Amino acid sequence: MLSSPRSATDLTSGEAARAAAGLRLVAPDAAGPVIELRGLTRVFRKPLDFAARAANLLGADIREEVVRAVDGVDLSVQPGEVVGLAGESGCGKSTLGRMVAGILSPSAGDIYFEGRRVAELKGQARRDYALAVQMIFQDPYTSLNPRMRIRDIVGEAPLVHGLTSRAELKAYVREMLSRVRMDPQYDTRYPHQFSGGQRQRIGIARALAVKPKFIVCDEAVAALDVSIQAQILNLFMELREQLSLTYLFISHDLGVINHLADRVVIMYLGRVVEEAETDELFARPNHPYTTALLDEIPRIETRRRVYQGIKGEIPSPLNPPSGCYFHPRCPHAMPVCREVAPPLKTVAPGHRSACHLNDRPA
Amino acid sequence: MTAAVLNVEHLRTHYFTRAGVVKAVEDVSFEVRRGKVLGLVGESGSGKSVTGYSIMGLVDHPGRIVGGRILYNGTDLLALSEPEMRRLRGSRIAMIFQDPMMTLNPVLRIETQMVEAVLAHEPMSRQAARRRARDALGQVGIPSPDERLQAYPHQFSGGMRQRVVIAIAMLHNPDVIIADEATTALDVTIQGQILSEVQRLCQSHSTGLIWITHDLAVVAGIADEICVMYAGRVVERGTVDDVLDHPAHPYTFGLIGSVPSRNERGQPLRQIRGTTPSLANLPQGCAFRPRCFRANEICTNEPETMSISSRRETRCFHPLVAQPT
Repeated sequence: MLSSPRSATDLTSGEAARAAAGLRLVAPDAAGPVIELRGLTRVFRKPLDFAARAANLLGADIREEVVRAVDGVDLSVQPGEVVGLAGESGCGKSTLGRMVAGILSPSAGDIYFEGRRVAELKGQARRDYALAVQMIFQDPYTSLNPRMRIRDIVGEAPLVHGLTSRAELKAYVREMLSRVRMDPQYDTRYPHQFSGGQRQRIGIARALAVKPKFIVCDEAVAALDVSIQAQILNLFMELREQLSLTYLFISHDLGVINHLADRVVIMYLGRVVEEAETDELFARPNHPYTTALLDEIPRIETRRRVYQGIKGEIPSPLNPPSGCYFHPRCPHAMPVCREVAPPLKTVAPGHRSACHLNDRPA
Repeated sequence: MTAAVLNVEHLRTHYFTRAGVVKAVEDVSFEVRRGKVLGLVGESGSGKSVTGYSIMGLVDHPGRIVGGRILYNGTDLLALSEPEMRRLRGSRIAMIFQDPMMTLNPVLRIETQMVEAVLAHEPMSRQAARRRARDALGQVGIPSPDERLQAYPHQFSGGMRQRVVIAIAMLHNPDVIIADEATTALDVTIQGQILSEVQRLCQSHSTGLIWITHDLAVVAGIADEICVMYAGRVVERGTVDDVLDHPAHPYTFGLIGSVPSRNERGQPLRQIRGTTPSLANLPQGCAFRPRCFRANEICTNEPETMSISSRRETRCFHPLVAQPT
């Protein structure tokens, strides 16, 4: 048995039982959220080059290109919860995930980890946060260093951070590999000797090796074949129960989100448009964008359907529409939607949606 | 019943590599009927794309079609000379690829590329060709087609680019379109738009469509018939309802169980164990044997395709559907 501070044996029996039953390990009053985002914003700008600055001096009006990739997102994730973050390309879901994992710094707003503001963490506390939040990436071909052996890929971080000793490293790495259902004998191989699904397992082993509490999965199964995707999804669920992990599961695939997540957050052009428990969201979507998205999911049960398709393109984040970002594509758009961005409002217990339609007098 | 416009019979396409012969397509048979959609489903390396290339006559060295027939309206495409094939390719049989940026020339305006495609198969004035191109863009739902003809490919979004490619494929009202993962790279809402255009166009022109994809859910929505491929072979063929509701081959059964949307949330998916074998080093007998839950000694022999009912076939010694005696 591994000397993990958070292995399943350390759970209270009640927690373990609930975990085993696949239920949420949420104790809203007791623990408080693992991760909380308040007004989290990330702006990317492309500074003007010399020619543009010179032209501006001569009276041209060339502006900096600014993308608000993530725009004022509030979100809290309870311990043991799986939050699914869904949206189409360019909606900022990956940028959000990277900020939570500490890869990107926010432009504005705050991340709280177990109640403490991440920006203020220093020294050991900062390192603890960096280890506690790990990320699993989409592309298993580019996220592993091709020149490193598996034992180094998986073993480097725990060794550096003193989670294991050099003497015990080999056994430690092998333990991690068997945890992700890989043959521990493979620890001296290189990434190119593995298939896509196996590489994704290595990426997961690398993340688990530093004993994280919170894992950001960014499209972690999108690049895999269906049969391999099912294996990895099953692995995620097993690990969640064994290690009582909390996930932020980012995916464009609502089928996967529906299967895995307890709560779903839908983003559109950097903003959260709707958030609810998974059953609630899929049964009673409130925002027209969510409704359209759910209508478009291909389902294996639906045969010879007549595809309709919601009209319009996803707008460029460089030049988003005014007011509600969805109004040019929305079938219910009203004059107010062009002018005012609707705030997220509670429409039912635990269900928030950003749509002016909810303000109409009943 | 509508007549078959394309019959693929016992097609075999092999790649002669230094590491050995890779049997990318091995004894594949199916037919495409006018106005109907055939879904060709499989995971990476199952040979579904090479099947498409073989029909188009686009198999490159070191690959070669080593056996079988591809009958287009009764003519064997494999017996045609390259000039004869070129007359059919793009006009009677067209193909749409996953990445439209690979199909479109990035340094030419859409107009240049489309007019060229029109004139390659039909002599007419440039004005007439331009009108044809504009109408085709309008047909696939591109707003202000006159202006968009002047644009370069990079000025279109991914979804719009795929529409352009579909417009080019439809220029000569082909009898067969082969779409290879045509919506895989697109967002769900854009995928819905493209599927609706393709569906509408194929129905109104009674074009036969081969929809190649790994996504069972998309195939469920669009196809009339399904061929499931594994390791270069068709392991199951039948109508969409038969195959998805009562899969005969254990691989199809596993694949359906692997799709998350169908299952109860939080429950483990019914996964297929193991990984796809390398085509250069297939297991003896049935290629699915090492991953199959029904396999026994008999499976070390190569299973033959057998029919379960009319228009329903599988290649398995232990099918999950009762076979006629």
